[in-house]
Amino acid sequence: MNAQTLDTIVRLIYLLAAAGFVFGLHQMNSPATARNGNLLSAGGMALAVIATVLLLASGSGGVSSTAWLIIGLGILIGGGLGLYTARTVKMTAMPQLVSLFNAVGGGAAALIAIDDYIRLSSGGDVSELRSLQFTIPTVLDVIIGCVTFTGSLVASGKLQGLIPGKPIVVPGGRIITFGVAAVAAIGALYLFAGNVSVPVLFLIIAAGLIFGITMVLPIGGADMPVVISLLNSFTGTAVAMAGFVIGSNVLIIAGALVGASGAILTKLMANAMNRSVLNIIAGGFGGGEGTVGETARGSGGSVREVSADDVAIQLAYASKVIVVPGYGLAVAQAQHQVRELAELLESRGVVVEYAIHPVAGRMPGHMNVLLAEASVPYPQLKEMDEINPEFPRADVALVVGANDVTNPAARSNPGSPIYGMPILDVDQAKSVVVIKRSMGRGYAGIDNELYTNPKTGMLFADAKEGLASLVAAVKAV
Amino acid sequence: MSPELLSAITIFVLAILVGFEVISKVPATLHTPLMSGANSIHGIVLVGSMLIAASATEPLSQILSLVAVAFATMNVVGGYVVTDRMLQMFKKKPAAVAKPEAEG
Repeated sequence: MNAQTLDTIVRLIYLLAAAGFVFGLHQMNSPATARNGNLLSAGGMALAVIATVLLLASGSGGVSSTAWLIIGLGILIGGGLGLYTARTVKMTAMPQLVSLFNAVGGGAAALIAIDDYIRLSSGGDVSELRSLQFTIPTVLDVIIGCVTFTGSLVASGKLQGLIPGKPIVVPGGRIITFGVAAVAAIGALYLFAGNVSVPVLFLIIAAGLIFGITMVLPIGGADMPVVISLLNSFTGTAVAMAGFVIGSNVLIIAGALVGASGAILTKLMANAMNRSVLNIIAGGFGGGEGTVGETARGSGGSVREVSADDVAIQLAYASKVIVVPGYGLAVAQAQHQVRELAELLESRGVVVEYAIHPVAGRMPGHMNVLLAEASVPYPQLKEMDEINPEFPRADVALVVGANDVTNPAARSNPGSPIYGMPILDVDQAKSVVVIKRSMGRGYAGIDNELYTNPKTGMLFADAKEGLASLVAAVKAV
Repeated sequence: MSPELLSAITIFVLAILVGFEVISKVPATLHTPLMSGANSIHGIVLVGSMLIAASATEPLSQILSLVAVAFATMNVVGGYVVTDRMLQMFKKKPAAVAKPEAEG
């Protein structure tokens, strides 16, 4: 087989791989086909890698044994680390791991452009380095890749608790952010103007790395669903740019796919919080997990406190219960307790459904994964639009660790900061039980009038303990 | 603009549109696996990393490409495995979860 035929075959395999990615993503439309979709996508990836090995092994480029050693060693190290972490991670820690994988992907994309640039600039002919069609994708790849690398690492650290989840505001942090952005922009213009300079490229790299850190540090823990999907989108774009740099269509296609899907997801998440992406990146509300301790008991009406035994009787004799799990449930890792309670109720003939707000949990759709891990059948997991008409028919709405997404002020009070945010219409249930550690405010830092509603009972407890005591109490009914 | 660049840009734009179209139908239930799955797809950067590793001769270049290959492989392998683990849990009915203790 001559080199040209092989090249054609390899390109066709790449096309097949790209088709695999598209179909794979498409099959994510339904939980029933999603697993196949992922395998299809993985198959495409395997094909692409095998085709690349074929291309290199055909000898057209004369690949040295050192190069094979580098590739083999890299795959062994990276594959080992990836496999180990992916198999051992807990479902609650999923967001930080996905974020970590995103970081290394962005880092790899940046390294491709960096390496390419250094190599070409040390060779004799630098004419290519002066053309815009080379410098634009190179600079974009380097900047976006570097920002994603450090940004995702910081996000991962925040989710893991290595870095405090609350917004960290460094004095003058805003100035540093603007400063490094300016440095990157000036460096980029310098290279676009046709200058060839490796030191300037390194300046851009440093600016990108610092920007990633200063961008994510001031963002609160509860905004992480938006940040993670934004960074995922960034990596896709960086990979597409890397495709332009080395002239690889499969990188362009896959990168663009991910870039676009990440952008849509980011927009969905931001809409669900009724904030613009820019507002979130600028670091809006304070808080995240940090505000739980503060108490605001008694402000604006009285609160009815209930005991686990009262709630148990209410639940046991209900015909329909809607569980509203939120961020607090994810933090307390109480998904198994909630499933246990639901099963107990179902065995008594109660219909149990879960109302999932789009931003519940710590990354987009995270709550669904946590409940699926606890073996909750997915047909019981209802999206907001689907479950809202059901609330008036529910005897009890059980709110576990959710706050702002249940606040009726979002519907009724135009003066409220969350006015207009899509919420779960919990207040329309016949009665409401809220499991909450204290009267502390939610992420938005405002009072929730749901708690002072006469039909609401407050069960003050940690999500996990509260649910466990309910399980015990229902058993005793 | 060279014809190659033009066709590359064409592919880029069309792929973005496909991305929008395919994703906008995914239910919120699957957003996490979707993100994780998309996350693995950008692991395709492994192909690019292998290509630069193959032609690396300078020590600096060799180190950079080694890191790139390792990073990208971690992205690919970890991403797909973790997505599969998540999707495996989505079931219509809990497999063998008995609840005999529930009567009372």
